[in-house]
Amino acid sequence: MAERDPLEDPVHFVEERTAAAPLLRGALRYLFPDHWSFLLGEVALYAFIVLVATGIYLALFFDPSTAKTVYHGPYGPLDGQQMSAAYKSLLDISFTYKAGLLIRQTHHWAADVFLVSFVMHLMRVFFTGAYRKPRELTWIIGLLMLFTALPEGFLGYSLGDDLLSGMGIAIAYGVALSIPVIGGPLALAIWGAPFPGKPEFWSRMYIAHVFLLPILIGTLIAIHLALVALRHHTQFKESPRHTDRRLIGVPLFPGQTPRSLALMFAAFGVLFLLGGLVQINPIWQWGPYHPYLGTNGAQPDWYLGWLIGALRLMPGFDVTIGHITLVPNPFWGGALFPLFVLMVLAVFPWVERRFTKDYAFHNVADRPRDAPTRTAFGVAFLSWVFLIFAFGSADRLFVLYGLSYDIQLYAFRIGIWVVPAVLFVLTRRICRDLQAAERVEEIQHAAEEEVARERLEAHAGIT
Amino acid sequence: MKRLLRWVVALGALLYGRMLRRRREKRERRRIVPAGTPERSAENLVLALLGVATLFAIGFIVAYAEYSPRSLPNELLGICLGMCFLFIAAALAVVAKRLVVTEELEDKYPKVHEEEQLQVAEIVHESGGRITRKRLLMGAGAAAGGALAAALGTPAASLGPVWHTAPLDQSPWRRGKRLVDEDDRPYSADTIEQGSFYTAFPEGADKDRLGAAVVVVRLDPNGLQLPAARATWAPEGIVAYSKICTHAGCAIALYRKPTFPTLEPHAALVCPCHYSTFDPARAGAVIYGPAGRPLPQLPLLIDDAGMMRAGGNFSGPVGPSWWAVRDHKAD
Repeated sequence: MAERDPLEDPVHFVEERTAAAPLLRGALRYLFPDHWSFLLGEVALYAFIVLVATGIYLALFFDPSTAKTVYHGPYGPLDGQQMSAAYKSLLDISFTYKAGLLIRQTHHWAADVFLVSFVMHLMRVFFTGAYRKPRELTWIIGLLMLFTALPEGFLGYSLGDDLLSGMGIAIAYGVALSIPVIGGPLALAIWGAPFPGKPEFWSRMYIAHVFLLPILIGTLIAIHLALVALRHHTQFKESPRHTDRRLIGVPLFPGQTPRSLALMFAAFGVLFLLGGLVQINPIWQWGPYHPYLGTNGAQPDWYLGWLIGALRLMPGFDVTIGHITLVPNPFWGGALFPLFVLMVLAVFPWVERRFTKDYAFHNVADRPRDAPTRTAFGVAFLSWVFLIFAFGSADRLFVLYGLSYDIQLYAFRIGIWVVPAVLFVLTRRICRDLQAAERVEEIQHAAEEEVARERLEAHAGIT
Repeated sequence: MKRLLRWVVALGALLYGRMLRRRREKRERRRIVPAGTPERSAENLVLALLGVATLFAIGFIVAYAEYSPRSLPNELLGICLGMCFLFIAAALAVVAKRLVVTEELEDKYPKVHEEEQLQVAEIVHESGGRITRKRLLMGAGAAAGGALAAALGTPAASLGPVWHTAPLDQSPWRRGKRLVDEDDRPYSADTIEQGSFYTAFPEGADKDRLGAAVVVVRLDPNGLQLPAARATWAPEGIVAYSKICTHAGCAIALYRKPTFPTLEPHAALVCPCHYSTFDPARAGAVIYGPAGRPLPQLPLLIDDAGMMRAGGNFSGPVGPSWWAVRDHKAD
């Protein structure tokens, strides 16, 4: 008697109740084009999983309250100090509960790695033109996710109520106030009262950080992945067989599954090693926050560095008409600048199409050189944002290398316009040269073949 | 003869039956995923890697259980958990590269469903066939929906004072309030020394309010350049300004005292967030950085006992600027 397949019964059970066998079969054989750069988005996804898992653990101990309490615990320097319950519970997570510090630091590292892989994924998609029709919605969803992740991360390190977090919230309050017309009412609505706000402000930050924004990010991830799967991945033109109609890749099962799982476990491993071995945001060193305290050399997490850079780079003026302050200064760097970057990225697929008149479906991704103007624009735009980001650490450069802050300020104010312009011209030139070199190679190759064939024919003619 | 014929038919039937069976067997044996060759050495490697991962996981549990909270090294926990994950990742990588068949398959990219997309529009249009006043009904629906959305959004007004922005101007300073330090000890004028900088609060007030904290510095009275209206605000050359930066609300935590008068001609109050810099000798004017408004100045008095007191409220609203901030007075 033939041996029965042990999988037959469960599969049969599922099929009878869902009629989903064709769907399952299709999912198992869903094809993944094989290229390392397609894994950056996956890394972001795995970091998000770590964030949710470690975040739930932290929420079991964290107390989002500004109620005043006196710290008595293993961390000597703060013993007997008055502080908020929020800050105290973070100290307890770090020093009293076993493995609490590991989970806290892994959570923080995962947030930073999440945004690193996120931005690298965005750059990959941009420079390969993978956002083009039919994937503009996937691009927009991704951008929304990024601009949800930024405040999510900010709220995460703001909840601690340590000195650094408080300075960050103060700046956020300043930026909220600076929004023309609605700034005052908006900030009062969010904080409930002038800074530092009502105690309820802490509940508001907490529900946003652990529920509203994560749910939003999770939903956007689901839509993003569904859109990817419905239209399939892009692929590179690795052979003449790779076309806009024909997709070549490794099936989800069995080929891709162990690869993706290996990447997932590797990401988990690296994040926990970072959480265990590399200190991040040692909140006990900053001490509790009060609005009248500040410290030199304060820096936000990296993904908000571009905003502090913009706030510092902006020349000092409020836009006023007579007595009326129309636009207070922080609006430019703290609100308009990130909004502008978001808008440029969001409309780019449509603007590019307007210029190139290319309305076709694109399933084959470009190499950066294939679209010199796009690549040049991307490099210029990226360098503009990056230089503003870099200026955010000008005070550290001053401390570390003695570079005058003042000279840096003026150098950057010029550099953020000159460098992108130079890079634009240079990048476009390099792309075109690379294209030309390829054409030359092709012609050479063809000529060599021609010579070989003629030689062969001549040889045949002689005999 | 008949017998022979029967034999031939029987033989034929037998052969045909075997052929059918063989064909069936052949069909059964056609695989979806190609077989590939077994690799026992790769399997052994996977076993070893998973074994090490198991040991690290156990190591994590042992470390957690063995140490007290104070002596438990975070590094040990991180290494155990991280390495466990990494060894599982390595095992999976071996599975992916050497144990699982990597097929390269072709598929078609999905096309546009021309017919269905027309049908979607058609279904929607035809469904409204009985309705005569479409626009009116749609408008009524939109009105009801909009009103409902507005109604549902209204409770958000409870979040804060919203259009009632007067709280932004409030400050706890009043004429006669004594200046106290962080531990509520009142400042006397002679404790304020030149070259240093002091944080003061109104006696009895909540120190965390934005309008509470002021920076106090003593300057050379001859170097002061205050507007005429503020001539009496700086007794003995002691001046006080709101400690909250008018740019983005951080604390003015740095005081730059000129050690090299040629290079740093001004004593200056500096916010460490975006390096807005204010001149205490010139009514808190911005001399550097992104702030767009001077620091609000607090008038000072020295009472008969030599203690520092406020001579009134700030010269303007404290904290970051906002729409119409200049129209307002500190309250």
